[in-house]
Amino acid sequence: MTKAGTTVAAAPAPVRAPRLPRRRGIELALIVLAVLLSVYGYCAVGLARTGSVPPGAVGYGAGLGVLALFAHLAVRIRAPYADPLPLPIGVLLNGLGLVLIYRLDLETPGDRAAPTQLVWSTLGIGLFIGVVLVLRDHRVLQRYAYVCVVAALVLLALPILFPAVNGARIWIRIAGFSIQPGEFAKVLLAVFFAAYLAANRSALAFTGRRLWRMQFPTGRVLGPIVTIWVVSVGVLVLERDLGTSLLFFGLFVVLLYVATGRTGWIAVGLLLAVVGAVAVGRLEPHVNGRIEDWLHPFATIQAGQGPNQLAQSLFAFAAGGVLGTGLGLGHSILIGFATKSDFILATAGEELGLAGLAAIVLLYALLVERGYRAGLALREPFGRLLAVGLASIVALQVFVIAGGVTGLIPLTGMAMPFLAQGGSSVVTNWAIVALLIRVSDSARSQYDGREAP
Amino acid sequence: MAKYIRHACAFCALLLAALLVNATRVQVVQSGQYAGSPADRRATIARYQQPRGDILVGGEPVTGSVDTGEQLRFERSYVDGPLYAPVTGFASQTYGTTYLEHAEDGVLAGTDPLLSALPLWKDVTRAPNRGGDVVTTLNRRAQEAAYRGLAGRKGAVAALDPATGRVLALVTSPSYDPAELSGNSEAVASAWSRLNSDPEKPMLNRAVRQTYPPGSTFKVVTAAAALDAGVVTDLDAHTDSPDPYRLPGTTTRLTNEGDGCVDASVRDAFEWSCNTVFAKLGVDVGVRDMAATAQAFGFNDPDLRIPFAAAPSTFDSRVDRAQLALSSIGQYNTRATPLQMAMVAAAVADGGQLRPPYLVERTTRHGGETVTGSAARPGRQVMRPSTAARLRELMAGVVEEGTGTRAAIPGAIVGGKTGTAQHGVGNSGVPYAWFLSWAQSVDAPEPQVAVAVVVEDASADRGEISGGGDAAPIAKEVMRAVLAG
Repeated sequence: MTKAGTTVAAAPAPVRAPRLPRRRGIELALIVLAVLLSVYGYCAVGLARTGSVPPGAVGYGAGLGVLALFAHLAVRIRAPYADPLPLPIGVLLNGLGLVLIYRLDLETPGDRAAPTQLVWSTLGIGLFIGVVLVLRDHRVLQRYAYVCVVAALVLLALPILFPAVNGARIWIRIAGFSIQPGEFAKVLLAVFFAAYLAANRSALAFTGRRLWRMQFPTGRVLGPIVTIWVVSVGVLVLERDLGTSLLFFGLFVVLLYVATGRTGWIAVGLLLAVVGAVAVGRLEPHVNGRIEDWLHPFATIQAGQGPNQLAQSLFAFAAGGVLGTGLGLGHSILIGFATKSDFILATAGEELGLAGLAAIVLLYALLVERGYRAGLALREPFGRLLAVGLASIVALQVFVIAGGVTGLIPLTGMAMPFLAQGGSSVVTNWAIVALLIRVSDSARSQYDGREAP
Repeated sequence: MAKYIRHACAFCALLLAALLVNATRVQVVQSGQYAGSPADRRATIARYQQPRGDILVGGEPVTGSVDTGEQLRFERSYVDGPLYAPVTGFASQTYGTTYLEHAEDGVLAGTDPLLSALPLWKDVTRAPNRGGDVVTTLNRRAQEAAYRGLAGRKGAVAALDPATGRVLALVTSPSYDPAELSGNSEAVASAWSRLNSDPEKPMLNRAVRQTYPPGSTFKVVTAAAALDAGVVTDLDAHTDSPDPYRLPGTTTRLTNEGDGCVDASVRDAFEWSCNTVFAKLGVDVGVRDMAATAQAFGFNDPDLRIPFAAAPSTFDSRVDRAQLALSSIGQYNTRATPLQMAMVAAAVADGGQLRPPYLVERTTRHGGETVTGSAARPGRQVMRPSTAARLRELMAGVVEEGTGTRAAIPGAIVGGKTGTAQHGVGNSGVPYAWFLSWAQSVDAPEPQVAVAVVVEDASADRGEISGGGDAAPIAKEVMRAVLAG
């Protein structure tokens, strides 16, 4: 065991502390608040644009409200001790995303994305309810670790058979529906990493060769997981899905570090990341262009070709300032292609301002923090790693896409969890929240008075 | 393991904190720099998202706004566009703004901070100000009379109220419809290139931006200089003027169109427009006094604004005596805009006072509340009042029995001066016909209108071009319109 484990051993014999309060009422109240905020946003867009409350406001509010209520009921029945925060956060972000997409739909009368997004949100919440109802114990997933990894690799490889869309080969189109299978692979890979590392963490941490103060595990233990990781990242590079490959890389390093406690892994990880990034950045023209754009966002303007997407995005954020222009009153549609998906945050930044943007980032931070807290409260390694992995997926995803559109890091195509247009993404994120609810229910129902979740 | 979970959690917190720090950089620290980029269309979109304020003539708007429903939402429309084009200019989404649309753009577009009653509150709400209105000094009927009078011939008319400097009419011909340039479509681009390549130059504002040799109309200035300098004391005394007049220091002989100019009195010479008499008079006055008087009338002033800039009229002060002789009859390097010559007539009419001309009576908020008042500025004395009185006498004589009889209006005292300006290499071009005048109803204490008309008519026979024949009837109609109103 780790150092933390030794202090546990020295502690008095565990006495089951009284269970934590369930707090389902708070969850319900927060859900109502989230739905009301979304409906308010919907009305604000209509009032700003046409001077009247949009006709669908009641239906929209009722739809979102009923969905959220069903989700709440599922949690009440099957996960009564679950953390009361993740579900309302998901509802609020999803609702806000629908408002932003509806708002952008007004600028593109030929391309209405909000109704489709609402269908996908319904599917997502349906999946959430299904997971909460069917999955009684998250530890069951451990048994299916290898099923998960095979499914993940198949899903990742599938789009290679389909034509590229906008430079990235990450889509499959079936009967008019576009699906991004890589999105679902995130959760499956997180499950696999958590299961594998939980089973092999001692071997990873303590066996193998020692090389200049660094403990290297045996190839037998490290081999399979590195292989899978390299394959997934390799496939993603082939598909030019840089965001997701970055995400998998980060997820892997974080979980390895948490499982083994070896700082050396971070050093190796960072080294590999730098080498990989430099190599890809040099060799891949698609990536190279992104890096150039990041370093010189206004170069195309100086060259007389007009502002590129990143410059337009920066203009949008700058136009928002601290308080924003108000919902419906910005011009983020100038970004053009991908305004509703990769660049949805620019609309939030322009119309809700730094204040609104900070609120959104804090909502994500809260979701991540609740995931980590559930991980801390659990005592079995699989649940811990699963919670940490899921929370890290959200954090890394938010960082990569938000950092990209605000010019902090090079831009990589990725969906802002819940906010962005994209069915696969919404469904996946609801699955993540469902698993966090399940894990936190276990953590809080088994609360032993040590790590307050 | 708990310790490492905490570390990982701290790492995630760090990432999200970095996002917020960076967002603050973009949205607060560098937002001004980004928002100022000309590549950002937001400023343009904001500019056209609300109707532009209107330009008013006689209480009625001569402009309007059309809601196109496009990203640049409102386009400019014009009522009688060609008639008012030299005043309004155009307001184009593609080609910018000109004339009043340009000079008063802040008011019309709503960006002028004076438009908001509570500027600080406006900063908080970010609600744009409605565009304000610009009330012009134009007299609708005078404007229409001038435009009708020119009837598509090349030329221009400027009319002023001598007592105030208000511009009553400003017409250029041929004109164009500024509405053709309002939007941002293909049609606008083709209209732009068509108008710019048109040999008739319809977009040239001949009333304020084109200078012409003023010809004999400049004799008003020469006479004023001679009277003020004391070179002439008696209008009816014989002058010592040969015909033809040999330009000093040259063998060039200056002649007259008509007879009877030998030793003619200043009154006769003015009425029959004797070149020889006035050329010699200018030389007798001397370059210094001539230049000083011309300058007092507004020549050589590069800063004349009404509120848009007028092209500077010129009187060359670095000339020899032969050149001075020609300059004194409005030739050589002497050039004037119609507006400048209207100012000359107005100064004579107003007892020697020159009131700086202005075109904007006041600007108002949307709804009529005044933002800035009259642009009237104090006048300055350009000649002695007695000189002005004698010039009025001379000009009235021109209309009563001289070359300008076609400007006479029953029931009004009218003063005028004709001009036929030579131009081109060796005076080969078709001459410009000039007429400047003022008029006063018999029951009015002071003249109410001063007009300058120029007609450059390439189609007419050289012999038929004359200030009295072509330009005087137009001036008469403009003056009648003002006196009637």
